[in-house]
Amino acid sequence: MDIQFFWESLITLIPGIPLTLLLAFLSTFLGAFLALLLATMRLSGIRPLGWFAQGYLFVFRGSPLLVQLFLIYYGLSQFPAVRHSFAWTFLRDPYWCAIIALTLNTAAYASEVIRGGLLSVPHGQVEAARASGMSGFMLFRRIVFPLAIRQALPAYGTELILMVKATSLASIITIMEITGLAAKLVSETYRVIEVFIVAGAIYLAINFILTRIVMALEYRLTPHLREPRILTALALENESAGEIS
Amino acid sequence: MKIWTRLLGVAMTAAMLAAGPALASDIKTVKLGTEGAFPPWNSTNADGTLEGFEIDLGKILCERMKVECEWVVQDWKGIIPALNAGKFDAIMSGMSATAKRAEVIDFSIPYGSTGQTFGVLEDSDLAKLPLNGDVFPLASKPEEAKKAIEEIKPLLKGKIIGVQSSAIAERFLQENLADVAEIREYGKTQEHDLDLMSGRVDAIMASTAYISTAMKDPANKGMILAGPRFQGGILGKGSSLGLRKGSDELKAMFDEAIASARDDGTIKELSMKWFGFDVTVY
Repeated sequence: MDIQFFWESLITLIPGIPLTLLLAFLSTFLGAFLALLLATMRLSGIRPLGWFAQGYLFVFRGSPLLVQLFLIYYGLSQFPAVRHSFAWTFLRDPYWCAIIALTLNTAAYASEVIRGGLLSVPHGQVEAARASGMSGFMLFRRIVFPLAIRQALPAYGTELILMVKATSLASIITIMEITGLAAKLVSETYRVIEVFIVAGAIYLAINFILTRIVMALEYRLTPHLREPRILTALALENESAGEIS
Repeated sequence: MKIWTRLLGVAMTAAMLAAGPALASDIKTVKLGTEGAFPPWNSTNADGTLEGFEIDLGKILCERMKVECEWVVQDWKGIIPALNAGKFDAIMSGMSATAKRAEVIDFSIPYGSTGQTFGVLEDSDLAKLPLNGDVFPLASKPEEAKKAIEEIKPLLKGKIIGVQSSAIAERFLQENLADVAEIREYGKTQEHDLDLMSGRVDAIMASTAYISTAMKDPANKGMILAGPRFQGGILGKGSSLGLRKGSDELKAMFDEAIASARDDGTIKELSMKWFGFDVTVY
């Protein structure tokens, strides 16, 4: 056990954390909008839109992210038409290629999570809202979306964690995030186990914090599942009273 | 007691005289690890078989060592850990014997050296890098090499140079050109070739042998050699077989076989076939 080396590895890998977080959050953020769009397309009842969303899902959920990354990074750059187009400003940069691949990928998974959430909104709630005179966007913003998000949050939390881990694949297109730095350190020191233990521990720590945040958010969004405060206070009082007698 | 010592001595001498390298008797098979993606040293054919300078040379070395050899293909990044984990007994994969690597593995004597240089596109402004093709040994002529580096710096200012991660060229770039250019690291040399062709990087740095082979590939049309060639020093003594620490017996066998292949011109002959120039380390 070489504590010194573990420490050195940690110091080497820490500069990769911001990049990992940036890749994960930016792509999840952008992916969420695309996912909402895809979910709405599928639920729209307009057949061609539904087919498109299903086709998208089929491709991006059915093929490995690694392959998508390679195709976007090395594949697209093979075509002179792409290199001479406006898109090349983004595609030239490995960071944007990673963001694009991760965004397209997460949108596929998240759209199903959101669709599940939207479908779980009780019909009675929507009816009640309509009866109160809400319609269209207001109905969506005030009733459907909050309820859907609450249902979808646990699954979306998992997607967020998966995204943090998925960023490690970006290292294959020259991006020096945590895994990229770890792979470089391994090829410099040839000490595989120590370096990847440290890298794994960093991902664990990030995901630990993330799960706590999602849990806190879940708690906030589900006040109806909590015992009313007054009852909790009463219960505590009873308990302490019981202890005395 | 004395007579036993003497008898042993006689027996040993006799054995040596009879069998040449007496040690050879112990080792019957040797597994050689190679990347299989680093032409012309080693590469993989469409049908999965290996070919290259090292594949030919390895066969000859094994014949001279009177051992059975078997090739194992291993990704470059994990090639040293795999050697130390016992997946094969020797690395023969265009690996330069650097001091840093020598901390974790042993090396045979070198069997080839080509130097490191730049690859650029013929229509780019870097095609006019000065000192094209001149050789600068870092260890024996450090002053001249330094001057050469200073001479190419102005043109490389603000450019992106692609290089294989943890290859010797990467260390050279980090130490000498990181202050003017961005160094982008790739897992495989083929990947920086793709990005040179697409214009994501402005130049690549790799061994002269590698670039001169890569540019013959139709996919890399327009790629040319540019700038000075550096060798020695941190760029290593040349390609050697990498061996686990303590494989002294195997090292002695390889050293002897390499020396004989060098002295009788076998290495030169093979290098003319695969490189088009002599890579023998004399």
